[in-house]
Amino acid sequence: MKFTLNWLKDHLETDAGLDEIVAKLSMIGLEVEGVEDRAKDLAPFKAAYVKEAKPHPNADRLRVCLVDTGDDVVQVVCGAPNARTGMMGIFAPAGCVIPGSGDVLKPGEIRGEKSNGMLVSEREMGLSDEHEGIIEVPDHTKTGTPFAQIMGLDDPVIEVAITPNRGDCLGVRGIARDLAAAGLGALKPTDQSPVPGSFDSPMAWRRDLPEEAQDACPYVAGRLFRNLKNGPSPKWMQTRLLAIGLRPISALVDITNYVTYDLNRPLHVFDAAKVAGGPAMRMARAGEEILALDGETYALSPEMVVIADDNGPEGIGGVMGGAASGVSAGTTEVFLEVALFEPVRVAATGRKLGILSDARHRFERGLDPQSALWGVEVAARLILEICGGEASHVVSAGEIPTAQRRLSLRPGRVAALGGLEVPLDDQLRILSDLGFEVSASGEEIDVRVPGWRNDVECEACLVEEVLRIRGFDAIPAVALPRQGDLPDAVLTPAQKRVSAARTALAWRGLEEAVTFSFVSGREAALFGGGTKDLVLDNPISADLDVMRPSVLPGLAAAAARNADRGLSAAALFEIGPQYAGATPKDQARVAAGLRAGPAAPRHWAAQARGVDALDAKADALAVLEACGAPSGNLQVSRDAPAWYHPGRSGVLRLGPNVLAYFGEMHPRVLDGFSLRGPAAAFEVFLDKVPLPRVKDGKLKAPPKLSPFQPVERDFAFLVDADVPADKLIRAAKGADKALIAKVDLFDIYTGKGVEAAQKSLAIAVTLQPKDRTLTDPEIEAVAAKVVAAVTKATGGVLRG
Amino acid sequence: MEDLDPLKKTLMDEIAGSGDLGALEAVRVRGLGKKGAITQRMKTLGALEPEARKAAGQALNVLKDALAKAIEARKAELADAALSERLAQETSDVTLPVRPAPVGHIHPISQTLEELVAIFGEMGFSVAEGPDIEDDFHNFTALNIPEEHPARQDHDTFYLPPLEAKGARMVLRTHTSPVQIRTMQSVEPPIRIIVPGRTFRADSDATHSPMFHQVEGLVIDEAVHMGHLKGTLIDFCRAFFGISDLPVRFRPSYFPFTEPSAEVDIGCSREGGQLKIGHGKEWLEILGSGMVHPKVLENCGIDSTRYQGFAFGMGIERIAMLKYGMPDLRPFYDSDLRWLRHYGFLPLETPSMVRGL
Repeated sequence: MKFTLNWLKDHLETDAGLDEIVAKLSMIGLEVEGVEDRAKDLAPFKAAYVKEAKPHPNADRLRVCLVDTGDDVVQVVCGAPNARTGMMGIFAPAGCVIPGSGDVLKPGEIRGEKSNGMLVSEREMGLSDEHEGIIEVPDHTKTGTPFAQIMGLDDPVIEVAITPNRGDCLGVRGIARDLAAAGLGALKPTDQSPVPGSFDSPMAWRRDLPEEAQDACPYVAGRLFRNLKNGPSPKWMQTRLLAIGLRPISALVDITNYVTYDLNRPLHVFDAAKVAGGPAMRMARAGEEILALDGETYALSPEMVVIADDNGPEGIGGVMGGAASGVSAGTTEVFLEVALFEPVRVAATGRKLGILSDARHRFERGLDPQSALWGVEVAARLILEICGGEASHVVSAGEIPTAQRRLSLRPGRVAALGGLEVPLDDQLRILSDLGFEVSASGEEIDVRVPGWRNDVECEACLVEEVLRIRGFDAIPAVALPRQGDLPDAVLTPAQKRVSAARTALAWRGLEEAVTFSFVSGREAALFGGGTKDLVLDNPISADLDVMRPSVLPGLAAAAARNADRGLSAAALFEIGPQYAGATPKDQARVAAGLRAGPAAPRHWAAQARGVDALDAKADALAVLEACGAPSGNLQVSRDAPAWYHPGRSGVLRLGPNVLAYFGEMHPRVLDGFSLRGPAAAFEVFLDKVPLPRVKDGKLKAPPKLSPFQPVERDFAFLVDADVPADKLIRAAKGADKALIAKVDLFDIYTGKGVEAAQKSLAIAVTLQPKDRTLTDPEIEAVAAKVVAAVTKATGGVLRG
Repeated sequence: MEDLDPLKKTLMDEIAGSGDLGALEAVRVRGLGKKGAITQRMKTLGALEPEARKAAGQALNVLKDALAKAIEARKAELADAALSERLAQETSDVTLPVRPAPVGHIHPISQTLEELVAIFGEMGFSVAEGPDIEDDFHNFTALNIPEEHPARQDHDTFYLPPLEAKGARMVLRTHTSPVQIRTMQSVEPPIRIIVPGRTFRADSDATHSPMFHQVEGLVIDEAVHMGHLKGTLIDFCRAFFGISDLPVRFRPSYFPFTEPSAEVDIGCSREGGQLKIGHGKEWLEILGSGMVHPKVLENCGIDSTRYQGFAFGMGIERIAMLKYGMPDLRPFYDSDLRWLRHYGFLPLETPSMVRGL
């Protein structure tokens, strides 16, 4: 919402200056978004008298001018053909910024003659493209008169952001009322008195609305004007409209726009000569169309209100008028429409048709119902004054809703809810200044809400009115009372392990990423997603139209982007949601990561190899460890989902409870993301990791630290190539649970000396005696048990 | 009595001249061994007169000690020399780059979130969470934003198909406020929560991302008023930006779910085109807040005649950008490794108030 300072002063009697008004507006909830003070910007530019203009001694087309600026006489070199002795021009002193170019004007010498300023053209002032000559102002202009004042640009333009509740401030008068209540002056009266009509209108309003849609347009008024002339609107009106960014069109159109912005009362005028039969408010009929004033044709539907005549729809109620019955320069007879429309219907209509108009913007926020009465008079006064002619008596249909909202305010609520004591008299005065009718009765203030404040609907709203006008600055800040001397722990175990997982992964060298929750349908499909219930109705692009079934597509795309930038070794992780459906329980929290390219940078001490499934497994195990999963009990199975390489992937589980997937990415997935080279990924399902039992608190049993030396024995087994190492290790571990403390696989060998279909697995078994030193026969007995257990489990044979 | 000096000189010279441990041992055997010169002479002592025996014995013992000491000293010298020689052979190029052990970085969104938890945790707020895919009731209706409300137009909502054939469409939550509703529906007051999370708006340009993060706060109790709202948010702003006297102001505004509503500005300066948080001539809006609308309380089954409270919300990326100086929003989601390493945080310590933020 834009307005000028002088426009505001039509409604507000005030001594306050621009800065004070601007500061106050923001602090009462009408946030100032910008102030365009042309007078301030143009202050250096003033009318000046050219005492003498003589030819430049060294240049044919230049003149040397002596310019009287009022303060001083300055020499200026000028190239304009119209620079001449005795003229009044606009002088720009050295040091100022030229509006048209943004350049700083510097004093200088042009072909040996000093030049300390400039006589400016319209283009240099940013007014037009005119650059043939310098600006000439009337001879009687006083030397030193500011340029902005001469051009009528000295009225600052203020732009405020109006929140959706304050429809009343979409008119300058509403803003003036708030400022007056806030102590910045007095609200001036407006003339809303009846303008007498001189004849009966040949046109009358009809409301052809069905029973269930009576409130679609509860009331409409109008009157006919004849013998008028629709020329340009007066200069003052055009200047104001231009200042707020509206293009003047004709007197009648400008008047409707002016009243819309001045009093928040949208109007419409039909060219009466183009209206066939009496106009009616009715619901649109299926298949009807209208060519609207914006030049677009809109298909109407039956829940929309239209203003129709015998030719069909002539306007979309509360949204936009039609082109067919619009006024033109030749219009001499108009029929005025001043209506009330139901806000929700206007909003729905405007949204469906995609029309954002000044009228819709106001109607959907709700108007003062009384404005339908005074709007007719205000419009009539302006039309007669500007366009001449005569007005008919007022015609109307329907009834103005008269129900006025009544609320009560307990004066103590301002302090109880707002934290500020405001004396009763001040509360009454503020509400009254805002247009509320108040009377203090007993414990409560009885409040009648004015028609233009339909946003005020409860006691809290009244508290807000008192507080915002009194000023939020006045509310003393109070620290929130502590619940105890020391803060309680606030994170749940599930929340804490998110941090733990994040820290663990970062320490493993992965960079944390945050990627979008939506991916493309093609990407979702690669990860088993893309079901219809997770496809966005209105994506911002086709690449981001499906809720991701996994965190990995975002990371794979990120790795590919990095590779394109020359960073082929990417190690990324993200802890975030994946979506299996649209209900809350379908959302899972996943710690996922992806390593792509070489496992380590090219380095003298690093083995050159690509990332593989075991890199991903290590990452997944680190997350599980950090989350307190019982890592010793984890089982590995080989049934990872389809986006993993079928032979180089696995699942970490506790029985049926799947905690994580890991493995190399499937070549088709790599292809789908244009990832060259290997990539290994993991997904840990954090919600599935069992929470540690809380019953023992943080107590730990003391460790059993045996004083007896452990004994280590090495074994090498020949097993079939497809025997999982884990099976052999578990068998060895299980051979003597009391004595065997750990089993480490320290070598895997294939090649010379081992048959092609076999491999040699070498393990170190550590025996930890607890109560005495082991004897050789005892050690031999355990060794025999290890061999037997491994052989039984894997068919492996001790290598000679 | 025999003059031992020539023997001593011979042996001492031989000790000093021995080039390695073997030669030194040979000298020792010649002097102190079973058949060595000193030992041989010791054996002859028994034949002497007691007086002479004592004197000769003493002299021999003195010589024996001297030789033993000299041998030990020479042995140490030889060991030192051998070690020096070995060390002279053993060198490595310590200017070599070390074996790689890369450490990753925490994303600024996570870091900022942890900082928020640290500050509000200190004030007794716990962390609540809720789903990203919401129904119309939790995202709008319960928050006093009915269908066709002008405030809905500002939300640029993403829609998903309805769960049931004739039901309302599901939405991607446009703010974290639905978690206020979910919390109030399930928890009895008093309530103190913050709600961080992903939020979504169908808007994408240099300063808008279709997905971003918000943190919401909610306090419900019997006597919590707007002074507490001011106190809490002033404390927060000053702690977060680490400026103990940061100017903070509250401006009336409008949100459908709060009444009264306030926007919160912090002081800043833009001198020389550089935005600096702190004392300055200008104000920068950083969050929205207000007293919870009684209708919202009632929508959640909370008695609005007994309970009241405040709520607030802010953009996590926005406050991160202000604190850490990222000029653009979009790189937050681009996962450019160079950006992550530049703006990310080492996983050294979880932010906490006692360590300073």
